[in-house]
Amino acid sequence: MLRHAARIAWKDLRIELRSREIVYTMAFFGGLIVVVYSFAFPVKPDLVRAAAPGMLWVAIAFAGTIGLGRAFDRERENDTMRALLLAPVPRLSVFLGKALAITALVMAVAAVCTPLLALFLEAPLFAAPLPLVLALALGCLGFAIVGSVFAAMLLKVRSRDVLLPIILYPILIPLFVAGVYATEALIAAPGPALDKAWYWIGFLGIYDASALVLSLWIYESLVIE
Amino acid sequence: MPALDRVHIDKLTKRYGTERALGGVSLELTAGAMCALLGHNGAGKSTLLGIVSTLVRPTGGNVRYHAAGREVTGADVRREIGLLAHASLCYGELSARENLELVAGLYDLDASASSIDVVLDRVGLDLKARDREARTYSRGMLQRLALARALLTRPSLLLLDEPFTGLDRGGALALGAELGALRDAGAIVVVVTHDLEAIAGRTDHVAILRRGQLAFEERGSYSYDQLKDLYHRYAN
Repeated sequence: MLRHAARIAWKDLRIELRSREIVYTMAFFGGLIVVVYSFAFPVKPDLVRAAAPGMLWVAIAFAGTIGLGRAFDRERENDTMRALLLAPVPRLSVFLGKALAITALVMAVAAVCTPLLALFLEAPLFAAPLPLVLALALGCLGFAIVGSVFAAMLLKVRSRDVLLPIILYPILIPLFVAGVYATEALIAAPGPALDKAWYWIGFLGIYDASALVLSLWIYESLVIE
Repeated sequence: MPALDRVHIDKLTKRYGTERALGGVSLELTAGAMCALLGHNGAGKSTLLGIVSTLVRPTGGNVRYHAAGREVTGADVRREIGLLAHASLCYGELSARENLELVAGLYDLDASASSIDVVLDRVGLDLKARDREARTYSRGMLQRLALARALLTRPSLLLLDEPFTGLDRGGALALGAELGALRDAGAIVVVVTHDLEAIAGRTDHVAILRRGQLAFEERGSYSYDQLKDLYHRYAN
């Protein structure tokens, strides 16, 4: 199953590497949100420490949703999702493959937004870089897992662009809360509150594992018409 | 995995909300036979093909697949299905070769350039176009690629929805001959089409759907005039 999932993920990334359509759009949009924040909020150390984690995760959520929708639109254009579901591979490998590719794209957005936020708002986001990378990686993975299920489910729905965030964000609230708290702990003054950060990173891991189990359970019944 | 030799469709119904797409269709498809599935737009042909291809869940009834005397399910069935749908099922950003390599990988088949070229030769896709992105193809070329995709996996159940669309006269006749050869090799071939001329004299089984129900079903070979007559009598 993992071999086929990797093949499907590589197919998505290969197409993206060729067109660079989704990643450029997501990164530009994510960067734009950060720039808007830098104009909208005063650069005061206390305010930045309190607001930067939320800004980072909101930028990831908004830019990620754009990429998610487009990645599944691509499967709709020539009905290629049907081709994937027709292949004699476990249908869960289709889900895992799509989720892995989307994780990579959302990670690319995080890689653009985090240094921009640190630069424009002078947020000390790199005070503890390794836990931050882990928190972002788990957050992006969770976003991609939940997002892939609902984006696939809405593939044939006409108003899917509107419905996707409406359905997705409430389910992602625990993930964003954990991500914001983990980031907040990592940029706390006078130094990173690592115990608190690890607690929330652990929460992200549990959220991802639960979302994965639930997604594997319901995916096939959601994607077959 | 042995090839499918019988598909038993039993009292199949499908509703989309309050709309009834199929209302109790029963059919028996057998190896070495080509079934022409005819009917007007909205008669339920594509829905029936969708259910037989395992991509649409029926509201009622069932489809059973048999190979060498035993029932097969799941991935074993999907491995044996070749589908040519309205859309090409191919990625526009990939070339014909890359699309077929992906399919070969998912089906655990030989993905070498030579084996892919054999299939592309068979469908007559221009040599120069094979490494070009599929989104640059004409409708006819895309149809040839979609057919190559369906044939690559050597399916024993070939489901074709309007396969002659976009093909020139020569291409349509060549496809008709190709389908005849597949049938002769023992495949179950189901063709949904409005191009009665292309399938005349090649079918062994004709089923006509009207408003989701089977209006006519008979085994036998029919000339163009006979097909036209049956169509007008039962599809309307």
